[in-house]
Amino acid sequence: MSETILLLAGSALALGTPLLLAALGELVCQRAGVINIGVEGLMLTGAFAGFLACWATGSPLVGMAAAGFAAIVLGLVFAVWVVGLDADQVVAGAALNILALGLTGVAYRAFFGVTGSALSVTTFAPLAIGGDAAWLAPLRQPAPVYVALALVPLVWIVLARTRLGLTLRAVGEAPEAAASLGIAVGTLRVGAILVGALLAGIGGGYLSLAYSNTFVEGMSAGRGFIALAIVVFGRWRPLGVLIGALLFGAASAGQFHLQAAGVAISYHLLLMLPYVLTLAVLAFASGGVAAPAALGRRREE
Amino acid sequence: MTRVAARLNARTWARTWARAWAWLVPAAVAATALVVSCLVLVAAGVNPVGALGALAQGAVGDRFAIADTLIKTCPLVLTGLAVAIAFRSGVWNIGAEGQLLMGALAATAAAGGVGSLPRPVALVVVLVCGAGAGALWAWLAAVLRVRRNVSEVIATIMLNFVAARLVGFAVHGPLIEAGGRYPQSDALPVSARLPATADGLHLGIALAVLLLPLVWVLLHRTTLGFRWRATGDNPQAARIAGLAPARALMTAMLASGGLAGLAGAVEVTGVTGRLFEQFSGGQGYTAIAVALLARLEPLGVGLSALFFGALAAGSGGMQRTANVSAVFVAVIQATAILALLAADSPWMARRRALGMARRRALGITPRRAQGGPA
Repeated sequence: MSETILLLAGSALALGTPLLLAALGELVCQRAGVINIGVEGLMLTGAFAGFLACWATGSPLVGMAAAGFAAIVLGLVFAVWVVGLDADQVVAGAALNILALGLTGVAYRAFFGVTGSALSVTTFAPLAIGGDAAWLAPLRQPAPVYVALALVPLVWIVLARTRLGLTLRAVGEAPEAAASLGIAVGTLRVGAILVGALLAGIGGGYLSLAYSNTFVEGMSAGRGFIALAIVVFGRWRPLGVLIGALLFGAASAGQFHLQAAGVAISYHLLLMLPYVLTLAVLAFASGGVAAPAALGRRREE
Repeated sequence: MTRVAARLNARTWARTWARAWAWLVPAAVAATALVVSCLVLVAAGVNPVGALGALAQGAVGDRFAIADTLIKTCPLVLTGLAVAIAFRSGVWNIGAEGQLLMGALAATAAAGGVGSLPRPVALVVVLVCGAGAGALWAWLAAVLRVRRNVSEVIATIMLNFVAARLVGFAVHGPLIEAGGRYPQSDALPVSARLPATADGLHLGIALAVLLLPLVWVLLHRTTLGFRWRATGDNPQAARIAGLAPARALMTAMLASGGLAGLAGAVEVTGVTGRLFEQFSGGQGYTAIAVALLARLEPLGVGLSALFFGALAAGSGGMQRTANVSAVFVAVIQATAILALLAADSPWMARRRALGMARRRALGITPRRAQGGPA
């Protein structure tokens, strides 16, 4: 029994990490008043770019850098549209998702053709923590997991305890007031979007370079959308996001284990659980209350 | 001559220019999207002429291709109208995909019970069930928004995933075919199939064409449509005018979900004849591009759905003959959305106003052109 729990905890952490990375990025972005529903596309881009660079160089670290860089490039497109052109954030984000799906699909075929067997790349090895003590097994995770966990207090400190964080939150709550105090609203929002893109890209890179060792079309499989939900679920707070990411990680891990254990629950219904859970939480925790006041609003409004 | 000049007074000129602009922008956007997408092909090392040729061949090359284009256009008309109504009313319904799936699911379930009814009755029952299920799915998001202040963007996205899983559950479980060999439903009884020609052109296409002007009338010539547009343009003003934005939001979502659900019902009764996983293939997301390219105008949805329908029909051929992934169509869709957003953005509007003022100050624009669109 305890073995099962350890196994479950380990896979909850492994499955929660990409969600945590992407959700932390989206949190920063949303606290600056920008809702980016293109996280899914950014993750997919990161997953592909990371896979491609690692395949070319053999280094997962280079792969991760490429994942972050590619996502930043795509994030820059989003930033130009929503900050520069003042375009609608929801629609621009939706376009980002479609764009990433198309670009990665075309690029994968251009680079690798139609291969029957999936290509595999070198991945981040799990860290050897605590020798072979059985109860420490869930902690033997690849380095990106720990980077993600370390980012939680970092994001919290920056947002809650630094001048930059205060300014960023001011931009998300009352952009006009912030602007009247001489704060460069646009610049800060671009920065927040790019930080969000970077983290989403790394979250995507984790999928192809740590969680699995290959790339398949559309492999982000809705995780970007779950990350969006986690931000709301965590009420726009880093700690809440961590709890949300681990919960969602545990939910998907539990579904794999139940499947493996042959429990007679349709796995389709289990896969549905995280989404239903999100909706329930949103409905009963009155989700809109904690949201940054200027979230999704354009300059005109 | 003076009479002609007099007739071309400021207002006429402005109106003509505004009309031309309304048509010019989507055309320019479609062209831009194609050009940018070709650059992507070049970057991927593909000859864009060959690829686009294969695409065109698959879309309009022969009568089968044309029929395929029309078949692929049909659900995009219905979902495009759905998205247009919602967006016009200021509701970000990203959930056409889920509403379409629920429509298809309900239609399939209903079709199992109407086998003995006469065909017209059976069809009406099945299609109404589909539209009703889509409306119900959209209603969930609308209630969450109105009662619990939950963002409809997040709610509809979540409901899309729930709907996809429900379809998966149904075709693996309760609705699995009699033999139980493949995860798909039984073939629908003949009485629940839309009449179709040998090329597969089904009655749903006529229904979609009929709905284009009907939705236009609904949006532009009825009180309900006026409430929707007023709420979408300025919810505060609508509230002050006593228009109850919450009610407008609910009704707009019901209509939007109903149309998307109908799209699913039409697909299953007119095209596939069965329900299975991956039934939609993202038509509900393409619908966003369709509605935007139509600038949220019902009549424009027809043309823009035809454009994206042709792309969808041609993509298969392009993948086979030019070895370009069929998802390349997604690149065209995304660049079209981005180009449209840029053309319609407040930034662009300010630039145009600025340019006009500057031209006027320099005396370049004739006096009568003053008062053109800002």
